[in-house]
Amino acid sequence: MGKFNKSGSREMPALNTSSLPDMIFAILFFFMVTTTMREVELMVKFKVPTASEIQKLEKKSLVTYIYMGQPVDPKFGTGTFMQLNDKFAEVEDIHDYIAQERNMLSESDQQYMTVSLKVDNDTQMRYVTEVKQALRRAYALKISYSARKEDNQ
Amino acid sequence: MAKRNKKVPDVNSSSMADIAFLLLIFFLVTSSMDTDSGLARRLPPPPQDEDQLTEMKVQKRNLLTVLVNSLDQTMVGDEHYDNLRQLQGKTGKQSLKDKVKEFVINANNSENLPELFEEDFGPPIGTLRVTKDHVVSLQNDNTTSYKAYLSVQNELVKAYNELREEAAVRYFNKPYEELLKDEKDLINKVYPQRISEAEPKSYGGKK
Repeated sequence: MGKFNKSGSREMPALNTSSLPDMIFAILFFFMVTTTMREVELMVKFKVPTASEIQKLEKKSLVTYIYMGQPVDPKFGTGTFMQLNDKFAEVEDIHDYIAQERNMLSESDQQYMTVSLKVDNDTQMRYVTEVKQALRRAYALKISYSARKEDNQ
Repeated sequence: MAKRNKKVPDVNSSSMADIAFLLLIFFLVTSSMDTDSGLARRLPPPPQDEDQLTEMKVQKRNLLTVLVNSLDQTMVGDEHYDNLRQLQGKTGKQSLKDKVKEFVINANNSENLPELFEEDFGPPIGTLRVTKDHVVSLQNDNTTSYKAYLSVQNELVKAYNELREEAAVRYFNKPYEELLKDEKDLINKVYPQRISEAEPKSYGGKK
């Protein structure tokens, strides 16, 4: 009896939570860093067209981006450039790029890989057609023409 | 004695965790919010000889050719549109969307619209006469602007979406969005999206 009564008189020591914020901050920083890691620095300017029948691309990890437009840096001129990852590329590079991106996905996800074409409004179709042909040869058949939701309609 | 009781009080840091949690949740939410959206398409596999042969076999009445030229004008059959407003039928002309719908349905079994085939889709749709072999072929010039091309694509997709929407309301009494996956698949089978993005060609002189 007496043995158990002893503890009743003592107060339960509070759990030290002073390190909890530090832990949460660590998680926070982890997320802050990882979410910006996949973003590429854009070297081309583009304004995607508007459309009303757009669909959202669900899984971000399955999407590969191809950017086309005028270079941001004026020293490259005003032609149409294509950007894959962090550098300008030629149409011939698409095949390797797609293969490399596809290899990063797990085998079951590879069939769902989508290529999102972020192309500027004023790009001439011949560039887009070339890219499309290259994608066909690389067997990246699921594509999405990136577009914004139309405001008025 | 009195000195020992005068400790500096600790700053209460129990809310620090809550603040950090709030920030954490904010970043978790915002980082996934910026999803990309666009018109989903499926490209045909790379051309092989046999493929091209079957391509040739599409009958003329089953084919609707949509041409977009270097001045971003659109031509469908004998109709021709100068700009987006005309394309959407805002100037009194029959819009591209309605033209495509008319082509896909072929309500009056007209001679120069695609062939109708009777097909059984099972309950609740039953047997329907559909144009299962129709093809909308979209062709563009080398110097067509991407904007014009995409707005034409958008109109084509819109035609199909409206057809599907109508079918969903007719057979399931629900908007297409609210249908279950196999119901959607059934509707998609009735109105398959058969848009072909043609092999590149050059139209309209200047290169």
